[in-house]
Amino acid sequence: MKQTIAIKLNGEVRQVDVLASDILLDVLREKLGVKSPKVGCEAGECGACTVRLDGKTVRSCLVLAVEADGSEVITVEGLGADHMTVLQQAFLDHNAFQCGYCAPGMVLSATELLEKKPHPEAADVKAALSGNLCRCTGYVPIIAAVLDASEQGS
Amino acid sequence: MPIIHDFQYFKPRNLGEALQRLAEFEGRCRVLAGGTDLVCWLRDELVTPEALVDLKGLPELDRLDLAGDVLSIGARVTFTDLLDSPLIAERFPVLAEMAAGVASMAIRNRATVVGNLCSAVACCDAGPVLLALGAQMVVAGPEGEGRIPLSDWFLGNRRTALAPGQLVVRVEVPDPGRHGACYLKLGRYQGQDLCQVGVALVAQPGNVWHAAFGSVASRPFRCLDLEHLLSSGPLTAELLAQAKALALQEVAPITDIRASKEYRLLMVGVMLERGVKATAARLAGQGPAYGMSLT
Repeated sequence: MKQTIAIKLNGEVRQVDVLASDILLDVLREKLGVKSPKVGCEAGECGACTVRLDGKTVRSCLVLAVEADGSEVITVEGLGADHMTVLQQAFLDHNAFQCGYCAPGMVLSATELLEKKPHPEAADVKAALSGNLCRCTGYVPIIAAVLDASEQGS
Repeated sequence: MPIIHDFQYFKPRNLGEALQRLAEFEGRCRVLAGGTDLVCWLRDELVTPEALVDLKGLPELDRLDLAGDVLSIGARVTFTDLLDSPLIAERFPVLAEMAAGVASMAIRNRATVVGNLCSAVACCDAGPVLLALGAQMVVAGPEGEGRIPLSDWFLGNRRTALAPGQLVVRVEVPDPGRHGACYLKLGRYQGQDLCQVGVALVAQPGNVWHAAFGSVASRPFRCLDLEHLLSSGPLTAELLAQAKALALQEVAPITDIRASKEYRLLMVGVMLERGVKATAARLAGQGPAYGMSLT
């Protein structure tokens, strides 16, 4: 079933024709040209496709595009439009990515954590990022970056 | 990978319209709440419905409140909602303990408690805890509203007592009053792993015990014989040994990708003992804080 949906994507209202069965992740990447959400496991397990939907992180591989009609979607492209956020800068400072595939999801999940709990312990960071898999860094610089950003008040 | 079979998508604005859609498609449609299971099933072609009925247009299903002595968890309440609720933290802390262990933050933001019960996989986390708390499903259908005790709900793996045309609107949990409880979940790692063995226990003053298991049979189940045994006398080492022996007779785990049957059997005994001790201590106002790992 075809229909037109409207999504406020990184601050801009975008209209797009989708099938009811189209996945939000695929629509973002293929039809709306936003490439930071990555295709990983496509089963909600790896976190590479994480986006913020109406303020909450979700797995865009497990959301139908039609479900997002009328909603706001924020990806890493929309986090700091003019400049990087404190958290993004902390990721850079700590070399908290290598291949970068997990980084958008990590940054978005950590952003939600810092909004909910501005001064987390390392254990909180580990728990919040436990659904975001990284196969390069060993997680240590990622956790350090999040803690650093929390000290700077991101 | 895209979903191969397309379907119609409906987002009804009231419950009547939702039930009308369900009647129209006579079981050839699926109810969509968080979608964290359903989208996987659609992709894997485990289900190929003609239509989806999305509950996101029905804000009345958001209720999470204690009215009288019944807690209502609406069909749209997510695991994150449980974790963020002061009511749950204060009166039903074991529900927060359970929710904290469900998948990852982004899944908990989306996945609903009722959806977890409706997916009805043997390893569902909400099942054992709500069975031990004596919950019941409130179901709306063409003939009005009805209640199904959760102990009659799970018929087998992914099979429930829900009839075609019906919709779960909420799950009701009786207030246990002063109590101790626990949910122990055995997994390999935090973040996504499904439950390998789940043990839920509730103890009320006067030595009244409730017990349920997950991931050790084709469905989550409440274990009445174990409840009677635990409730029968003071909690001695001998009674605990009897309880472990009885539990091992009641469970029927299989070997699968996550754990062997033998490992599960071993851990049922280990976890039951830890759980009983923690629950008794919590009832006495001591013991590990809710949310501490007990496995």
